[in-house]
Amino acid sequence: MSADLPNPPEPAPDGPRIGVDEWVARHGERSGLRGGRFGPVIARLEQLPWWSLLAAAVIASALIPFLSESEYVIRVAVTTVLFALLALGLNVVVGWAGLLDLGFIAFYGFGAYLYALLSSDQFDLHFPALLSVAIVIVSSALLGLLLGLPSRRLLGDYLAIVTLFFAQIYVVLATNADRIKLPWNNGPTDFTGGPNGITDIDPISILGYEFDSIRSYLWLSLGVFTVVVVALQFVNHSRTGRAWRALREDPLAAELMSMPVNRLKLLAFMFGAATAGLTGTIFASVQLGIFPQNFDLPLLITVYAMVILGGAGSIPGVVIGAITINVSLELLRDPSNARLLFYLAIGLGLVALVRPWRKLAGIAGATILFGIVAYQLAEWLRPEWVSGTIEGGRFSDLLSGWVIHPVDATRLGNAGFILLIVALLALTEVRGRWRTFLLPPTLYLAVFVWENRLVAEPSVTRILLLGALLVVLMSWRPQGLLGTSRVEIV
Amino acid sequence: MDWDFFVQQLVNGLTLGSVYALIALGYTMIYGILKLLNFAHGEVYMMGAFAGFGVLSIFGGAVGLTINALALIVLMLATAMLGSGLLGVAIERFAYRPLRNAPRIAPLISALGVSFFLQSSALLLFGADFRSYETYEYIDLASGIHWGPLNISVVRITVILTAVALMLGLTLLVGRTRLGKAMRATAFDREAAAMQGIDVDRVIVSTFFIGSALAGAAGVMVGLVFYKVYHLMGFIAGLKGFTAAVVGGIGSIPGAMLGGILIGLAEAFITGYVSSTFQDVFVFSILIVLLLVRPSGLLGKADIQKV
Repeated sequence: MSADLPNPPEPAPDGPRIGVDEWVARHGERSGLRGGRFGPVIARLEQLPWWSLLAAAVIASALIPFLSESEYVIRVAVTTVLFALLALGLNVVVGWAGLLDLGFIAFYGFGAYLYALLSSDQFDLHFPALLSVAIVIVSSALLGLLLGLPSRRLLGDYLAIVTLFFAQIYVVLATNADRIKLPWNNGPTDFTGGPNGITDIDPISILGYEFDSIRSYLWLSLGVFTVVVVALQFVNHSRTGRAWRALREDPLAAELMSMPVNRLKLLAFMFGAATAGLTGTIFASVQLGIFPQNFDLPLLITVYAMVILGGAGSIPGVVIGAITINVSLELLRDPSNARLLFYLAIGLGLVALVRPWRKLAGIAGATILFGIVAYQLAEWLRPEWVSGTIEGGRFSDLLSGWVIHPVDATRLGNAGFILLIVALLALTEVRGRWRTFLLPPTLYLAVFVWENRLVAEPSVTRILLLGALLVVLMSWRPQGLLGTSRVEIV
Repeated sequence: MDWDFFVQQLVNGLTLGSVYALIALGYTMIYGILKLLNFAHGEVYMMGAFAGFGVLSIFGGAVGLTINALALIVLMLATAMLGSGLLGVAIERFAYRPLRNAPRIAPLISALGVSFFLQSSALLLFGADFRSYETYEYIDLASGIHWGPLNISVVRITVILTAVALMLGLTLLVGRTRLGKAMRATAFDREAAAMQGIDVDRVIVSTFFIGSALAGAAGVMVGLVFYKVYHLMGFIAGLKGFTAAVVGGIGSIPGAMLGGILIGLAEAFITGYVSSTFQDVFVFSILIVLLLVRPSGLLGKADIQKV
C-alpha cells in the first residue's frame, strides 16, 4: 500500500522552493555579480572595510594644502567638505528615514546665525567656541524636534510643504528681524542684522589654538567630517538605523512591527538638524560673516541634487555626490573650464547611451558635418549671425568657425533655448531611426545655446542644470550613482 | 473704526483671494487625481503671467497700445491659459508620468527639480528685472464703483468677475460633463476607473491642462491688479495657493475656492492691521495650526487608509 503512494516531489537543491520568492531570494546574489570592465574593481572596493576608504579620502583631502598653494583651491576644498556634511545630514532624513524635509537649509542657517550671535559683537557675547558649538548642536536638534512635532501626523507631501514653509519663515525672519520691538526694551532690537547680515564673527579656537587660516579650517572641517561619518556609520548599523529603513520602506508595516514610528521620525529630524547646525557653525566661522541669502532655496536644491546623484541612503554615495556637484559648480564659474566640462559631459553621455561604436562615430560625424553646413548657410544668408563674439579660452578658435555666434546672442540664444527644450522632449518621445536622425541637430543646438547663452550666466546655468538633473535622475536612475535600487514586492 | 480702510482691505482680500483660489484649484484637482503635490504649480502661474506680458508687448506695449483694452485682456487671458495649460501637460508627461508607480518621494523630488528648472529658465529668458503690466496706462483706474466707503476700480471688478466665471465654469465641467464624471471617478479610485473603461491617462492630462490653465489666468490677473511680474513670483504664490487648498480640504473643489478667499482675506487684514513685514509668517502659521487641529481641512473628508 505504501509503495503505491508516490513520494512527494523532492525539490531540487538549487531549484525553486515553496514559500520563497525566487526573484527576491536571489536578489542579493544577483547584485553581487557586476558585469562590465570595472565590475571586479568595484567588487574589490566594496570588500574593503569602510574605515579604510574613509581614512584614504580624509588623508588625501588633508594633503591638498601641500599640493596647491592657491587659496582658492583650498577654499573650494573647505566648501566641498561642508557640502558633504550637509549632504550627510540630509541623507539621514531623506535617504534613511524617507522623510522629505525641505526645511533642511533653515537648520544650517539657524546654526550659523546662532553661532554668530554667540560669538560676535552683535550682542557683545564671545563665548568659547566649544561651548557655542555645543549650544548650537543642542538647540538645532531641539528645533528639529519642534519642527518634527507637527509633522508626526503628516503624510509625505504635507510634511514636505510644512517644512518648506518653515524654510520660508526662516528666510523672512533672518531678513527682517533687525528691528524687533521687545516689550522690556526701548527702541527696536537688532537680532540678525537684516539684509546686512552679521559680520566680524570670532574664528573658532579650541584649547588656545586659534583656527585663523583657510588651511587650518580645512583640517578642522575634515576632523568634524570624520567624526560625523563614524557616528553615522554606527547609527546606520544600529537598531535605530535599521528601524529607519523599515520606516522608509513602509511606515504602516513598521508600525505593525511595533516600531515607535513617531519617535523614529523625530529622531531622524533631530539627527539631520544637529548635523546641519554643526555645519553652520563651521560655515559662519570660515566666512566670518553671514547673510540671509546664504541660506536660501538654491542651496536646498544643491544639497538635494548631491544626495540624489550620489545615491540616497549610501554614505560614500552622498559624499561622492557632494564632491562631484560642488567641484562641477566651481568649474562652471570659469567659461573655459565650463566649456571643457560641458563637452566632456556630452561625450561621456553619448558613449554611455549610444551603441555600437559605429553608430556613435556616425552621430559624431553627422553633428560636425551639420555644424559646418549650418555655419556656411548662416554666413551666406545672414552675415550678422556669425559675427558675434565667442568666449575665449580652450577651443575658442576651433569653435568660432563651427558654432553660429550671432551679434544678438541674447535674443537668438533664448529662442534656441526654447527650441532646445522642445527638441530634447521630442527626442525622448521618438524611437528608433528618428531618434538617430534627430540627435545631431539637437546636439548642435545644445552647443549653440551653451556657447551663446548659458556659458555667460553661470549662476543661472547652475540652478537650471541642477533642476534638470533632478528630473532626469528621478525617472532614469532614482537610486543615484552608488545607491542600491529599491525592490518593491507586491 | 476707519471704515474706508476696512473696506479697502476687504476688497484687497477678495481680489487676492480669488487669485489664490484659482491657484488652489489646480493644486487640489491634481492632488485629487494623482495624490501628487505639484510643486511646479507656482511656476506655471508665473509663466502664465509672463505669457500675458508677452501679449501686451506684441500689441505695442502699455503706452502705444494698438487694440481695445477689453480685447487685450481677453487675449491675454486666453494666451496665458493656453500656454500654461500646455506647460502643465508637458510637465505631467515628462516629469510625473514616468514616476507614477515609483515610491512616493520620487515625484516630489522631480517636482522640486521642475520648479527650479522653470524658475531659472524664466530668469534666463526674461532677466531678473521686474516687468510691469502698467494697467493704469490703458484702463482708467478711477472708473468703477464708488459708493460711500466702497471703492472698487474697474480692474478689480473685472478680475473678481473673471475668477467667479472660471470657477463656475469649472464647477459645471466637473459636475455636468462626461469628462467631469471621468475625473471624479479617477479621483475616487484610479484602478477601478480604468477597469470601467475610462482612459485614465487622458483624464490626467485634461486635469493638468485645466488646473494649469486656471493658474495661468491667475497670473494674468495678478499682473493686471498688482502690475509687477518677475521670475520669483511663483514660489510664494504657489505656497499660498497650496495653503488655501489645504485649508479648504485638499481634493475638494469648493474647499479650494473657500480656502482661497479665506487666505486672501486673512493676508489682507494681517497686512493692514498687524504687520506688513511678517504677513507670510502669519499665513503659514495658520496652516500649521489648522493641520494640527483639523488635518483634513474645512470641507475635506477624513482620509481612511486602507491596506
